[in-house]
Amino acid sequence: MMALRERALVSPQSVPSLPKHVRIQYDPVRQAFAVLSPEKIFWPNDISLDILRRCDGRSTVGHIIADLAADYDAEQEAVAADVVAFLQEWSDKLLVKL
Amino acid sequence: MSEPLLPPIGMLAELTHRCPLQCPYCSNPLELLKANRELDTQTWLDLFSQAADLGVLQVHLSGGEPTLRRDLEQLIAGLSARGVYTNLITAGVGIAEGRIEAFAEAGLDHLQLSFQGARPATTDRIGNHKGGHEKKLETARRARAAGLPLTINAPIHRHNIEEVPEFIDLALSLGAERLEIANVQYAGWALTNRDQLMPERDAVERQAEIVAAARERLTGIMNIDFVPPDYFAIYPKPCMGGWARDAFMVTPDGTVLPCHAAQTIPSLSFERFGPRSLAEIWTDSPAFNAFRGTDWMQQPCRSCERREIDWGGCRCQAMAIAGDAAATDPACAKSPIHARMAMLIDEAQRAAAVPSKDEQFVYRRIGVVTEPA
Repeated sequence: MMALRERALVSPQSVPSLPKHVRIQYDPVRQAFAVLSPEKIFWPNDISLDILRRCDGRSTVGHIIADLAADYDAEQEAVAADVVAFLQEWSDKLLVKL
Repeated sequence: MSEPLLPPIGMLAELTHRCPLQCPYCSNPLELLKANRELDTQTWLDLFSQAADLGVLQVHLSGGEPTLRRDLEQLIAGLSARGVYTNLITAGVGIAEGRIEAFAEAGLDHLQLSFQGARPATTDRIGNHKGGHEKKLETARRARAAGLPLTINAPIHRHNIEEVPEFIDLALSLGAERLEIANVQYAGWALTNRDQLMPERDAVERQAEIVAAARERLTGIMNIDFVPPDYFAIYPKPCMGGWARDAFMVTPDGTVLPCHAAQTIPSLSFERFGPRSLAEIWTDSPAFNAFRGTDWMQQPCRSCERREIDWGGCRCQAMAIAGDAAATDPACAKSPIHARMAMLIDEAQRAAAVPSKDEQFVYRRIGVVTEPA
């Protein structure tokens, strides 16, 4: 579980997952889903949450994009750009493993 | 109150003031509590349970040295059962064989390990603990082996500011996901030792450049959190994210405080958990309400466009330097006494230039210094 030696870049073949120090949890007090991480807590919007929930260590980024495009009834290309940018940002913060 | 009261998100639990290290910038108060004043296991568990009910999502287990509490595994398990994210803040010396594994087993989410220096001699001298550095390296290895995510915490001052590049290499070599380069905040013991700890201006500038470059280079490899030194700042830090806004701390005897140094504000009195519930203290305590929101602010804070960014800065620093806890934090360039910060830097430089004074830390020990009048 050593920290990565190189920056990981998102590709359609990447299989994202949440690292051990990050978890999604429903907060009954604020009635919202929180992403808990060392020192920081994030309050993702519905779309972010839909991406993060699919980071299950089994689905490729390609599958996640296709799945979301179907769910949101949206163009795959537009969804792809958003998903890749989101995952790259979260990977760069070490909140998503690729 | 001008805004609705929010539930707290984070809590810092100072389980004990006992510590094998004697760092001269410790954020604990000068009057340290002995072991017989500490809350027992059941009281901490009750407190944690009330914290979770109140909305706390993250608990930092700290001290002193929290692993000196023999019930730490039980406390972690109690928090974990409530889904609270647990972060253990440890000095990493003298942790018995098998315990780190037991913490992980109990559900610990993350471990933060302090290094007083990147070089063994620095670590041992600042903590006044021979062999400390080696023990910390071993703790880091054991934490990794137990599968725990790791943050390295480096408190920075004039005696280790030149080691910042080495701290970065050290954290990388230990496989840490995070490194905190945290310049010492001058409260508590650090205020007592301010002249000995204050870095030089050039070194502060170099440090900022080194950290900025490393952050860029290590994007996606290791996160670096940087806490710049207040005295060299233009704007103050939003201390605790705003007084009693979304976090609080608890001392070893159960006193509930908005921040570490709050007890240095003589006009406030703080309540203990037990006689009152956590919810009552969070909601009704006059000390918590004293500087909540923005209604308490004077000028220039009151009309400042940054009032809900900085929240007036640090109340304890306002108390210590301006002599008024409701004043603008003097770290802010808009404070009428902001120039005092530069004078204090210069004073410290002059004091440090006298060689005999340089090495004379007042080390953190029970009963060494009395509270300043």
